[in-house]
Order: sequence, then C-alpha cells, then structure tokens
Amino acid sequence: MSKLLHAKAEKNLLVLFLAVFVTVSIGGIVEVLPLFTIESTIEKVKGVRPYSPLELAGRNIYLREGCYLCHSQMIRPFRDETERYGHYSLAAESMYDRPFQWGSKRTGPDLARVGGKYSNDWHVRHLIDPRAVVPGSVMPGYPHLATTTLDPSDLGEHLKTLKFLGDPYTDEMVASAAADAADQANPEADVDGLLARYPKAAVGDFDGHPERLTEMDAVVAYLQVLGRMVDFTEFDPGQADR
Amino acid sequence: MVDKTHYDTHGESKPSTDSPKTMGHEWDGIAEYNNPLPRWWVIVFLVTVVWAVGYAVLMPSFPAAKEYFAGMLGYSSRASLRGDISSTADARAAWLEPMKTMDAPAIAANSELLQVAMRGGEVIFKENCAACHGIGGVGARGYPALVDDEWLWGGTLPEIVATVVHGVRSEDPQAHASLMPAFGRDGILQRPEIAALADYVLALSEGKKGAEAGHALFEANCAVCHGANGEGTRENGAPALNNQIWLYGNSRNDIVAQISNPNHGVMPAWGGRLSDVEIKQVAIYVHSLGGGQ
Repeated sequence: MSKLLHAKAEKNLLVLFLAVFVTVSIGGIVEVLPLFTIESTIEKVKGVRPYSPLELAGRNIYLREGCYLCHSQMIRPFRDETERYGHYSLAAESMYDRPFQWGSKRTGPDLARVGGKYSNDWHVRHLIDPRAVVPGSVMPGYPHLATTTLDPSDLGEHLKTLKFLGDPYTDEMVASAAADAADQANPEADVDGLLARYPKAAVGDFDGHPERLTEMDAVVAYLQVLGRMVDFTEFDPGQADR
Repeated sequence: MVDKTHYDTHGESKPSTDSPKTMGHEWDGIAEYNNPLPRWWVIVFLVTVVWAVGYAVLMPSFPAAKEYFAGMLGYSSRASLRGDISSTADARAAWLEPMKTMDAPAIAANSELLQVAMRGGEVIFKENCAACHGIGGVGARGYPALVDDEWLWGGTLPEIVATVVHGVRSEDPQAHASLMPAFGRDGILQRPEIAALADYVLALSEGKKGAEAGHALFEANCAVCHGANGEGTRENGAPALNNQIWLYGNSRNDIVAQISNPNHGVMPAWGGRLSDVEIKQVAIYVHSLGGGQ
C-alpha cells in the first residue's frame, strides 16, 4: 500500500499535493485551532497596562539601539534566577510588547525587573559611560541619547496604531499622547491625569535637564517601569498551577 | 520495468552487490540510484517517535477545547520552582529561621550567624548595591563610600537597615528625605557670597579658620543643618564639612556648584525588593566594611 502511494505521489502531482495538505493540516489543527477556543493563553494579572507615550518612545529607542541583543526581559522560573532578579516573569507582563523582549542570551543582566532598582541619575550616568559606574562593564556607551531631543508629536499616531492592533488605548490617551510624554519628564507638570491614565509610571526629570525632553528621558522612563506594574504581594501563583 | 525487490530497501545499509544499485526505473535513459538510509539512522528515528509519544502522555502536551492535557506526571514549572525554593529553604533553615526573628545587632553578635550574614551580604551587595556604591563599597562621585566612617544617615546597624529598607529620597513615604536649598539658582545668595562661602567651607575642610565674612554667611545659612563647626547632622543627612570626604567633588568649582544648585542623591527603597533577612545580611556586610558604628 505505502509503496503504491509512494509511487503514485512521485508521479502524480495532485496526490502529492493532497498528501502534503492533509499532513500540514493535522499540525495546524492541533497547534492553532485550540488558541481560538482555549480560555486564555495569558493568565489575567492585575496591574499590567499599556506603555505611556514616553515609555513607548523609550521602548522604541531600546529596540533601535539593539539593547535586546545583550539584555533579555524574562526571568525564568528557576530558583537561581528568582533569587537574583525577583519574581519570575508572567506572560501578561509582555502582553503589550510588540515584539516581546524575551530571550535566552544574556551578555548583560536580565532587565525584566530593573525598574526602581537604580536611581535615574545612575541610569543616565551608566548609559552615557557604563564604565563610569561599573568598571568591568562591556556595555557600549550611549551618550547621544542625552543630547538628542525627543519629538513627541508623532506619539499620538503611534498609540493609534497600537489601538488598532488591540491595545486598550482610549481616545483620550491618543489625544493627549504628546502632552503626556512631555509632562512625564517635567517635574513642574501636573501629572494627576497622566498617573490616572498610566498608574505607576515614573514621573519627574530623568536626564538631569528638566527643561529639555531628550531620548535619555524616554529610555530611563521606560527602564524605570520595567517589572513594576504587577504587585506581586497580591499575585497568587497557585491560580494557574496545575 | 520496475524491479520491486529493489524499490524500497529501508534498513539496507549496503545494497547487495549482485543486484543493480538503481531504483530500477528510468526516464529518457536517466536512472535513479538507490541510497537507502543507514539502518542505525532509521532505528534512532523510530526511537524518537516512540519517545515523543511517551513524552506527550507524561508531560503537559496537547491543547484541547478549553484547557490542555496536563500530562500524567502533572509536571508544572511553577510547582517545580516552589519545590526547589522550599527544599533550599529547608537546607538553609539552620540560619534562615533565627535570622527571621532576630534583629541585625543580635545576628551580628552571634558568631555563626555573623559568618553566614557576611557571605550572604557580600553576594547581595554585589548584585544590588555595587552598581552605585562600587565593589566593596568604595563609592563614587555622588554615591557615598561605605568603607569610611562618614555616615550621612547613621552608621549603626539599625540605622543602616532603615536606610536600606526605605531608601533616600525614594518613593517610600518613610524614606530619608532632605533637600538643600539652591542658594544660587533660587537667588537666596549672590555670587560673591557663594564664593566667600565656598572659600570658608574649603578652609573648614582643611581644619583652618576661614574668613570672617564667610563665617557669618555660614552661621546664617548652613550651620542649622551642617552644624556650627561643619560637623554635619544625621537627622538631616547633612554631610560633615570639616573633613576631606566629599560626595560631589573637592574643588572650589565643585563646592560653588553644590551651593548654587545642589545635587540630591537618590537611593531606591529595597524594602519590597529584598527580603527582611537579605536586608539584615547586607546591612551587616556594609557595617563591617570599615566604618560601622
């Protein structure tokens, strides 16, 4: 039988096509179909929100500069990793990352919970010249971030695109995106509205120059929120356990 | 003409020599060689298929309509992590349990626990503190050295623990927080006055008596926090000025800059990030670095 089919498939294009189609379909049905019916592939976690406009700008710079080539943002559920970095990462913490920043290659440390670990001043100094604060570091310096002005005017469009893709940005968030980005890095600004829209956002002057909005402000604002959205004192790891 | 006996020779590592080495068919004079897979390869392949079936049955594998098949062994990476953490905690119980209830000075007074705290504290310090305070606590511009006996917010064990837990000018409501006025930026003092003050502070740091004009300005503006003789006050985190230890530089320009528009260092609160026991360990390590009080 199999010899017969083999002989047929080698000589008859239609038979070959049908056999390939059936084989690939089985894989597709098993792997893809359940995603449409399964309760949730991402467990619901309180606190995760989309990035604020300034954080988003910082994230774009993080991607542009290729930080992900050396830094992962995923703490795996191993004891050594949780003792060093904190609670293991949850899928929900990356749900608004496009693309996610997981990874298995770490030249530098994992950054999934770097938010709040260092002061803004440290981040600025470290990004300008890593060896000024960490003598053995092999990280390159990014001094241009401190001198490059950030134009927040296109962030509204950016939010609109993400909203189209399904991120829960409201029209109000889209409308105030540019102002929110400027306010987040302005120590004089009234940030009540901003913090209501984006809870736990780090606010204030990041780069040491309150009068300027720079790419440094954006990157540090982004780094300072990493891993801070979920309150793990309220998280029950047993709920998704099996 | 198809020679069926040589059509499929899976498992034949060497075609027999007394038969043709082709598949037995030809088109337009082109024949196909028969190169069967080696027998060992076919066996390994079949073993991996059997292994995959066993794995799928034992481990979490197939998705279903609402849930997924969790596997007969009931493996979960989170449960495995919990087991790992609790077995480690059991192994550490001899020192972990007493450290939970004892305060830092009591731990430091117990020679066995002190040894553990020193080793643990060093590891915790390297991962969390050394980025700013330097390996071994040597400090850097803007980040206090921890190896000397100059302490901004106190150098006893309970004071170090409090500083680590709440941080300095952090988001913690109990954080140490004090702000030096920006005497230049906010126009409290004029340029010549700031220059005179800087000269006076420099003289103070060298143990000399500064000029009278500077002294009057110091009394009026600085002494309330930094002390009448520049000895500093802990409750304000105001550094002593009567020594050679400088946080933001020792040149006259540095001092003028600090009076005019002061830097204010920030230390994060570690209370939510490190466990109580970890904080006690790192405080004991820091206390031992040379200047503990």
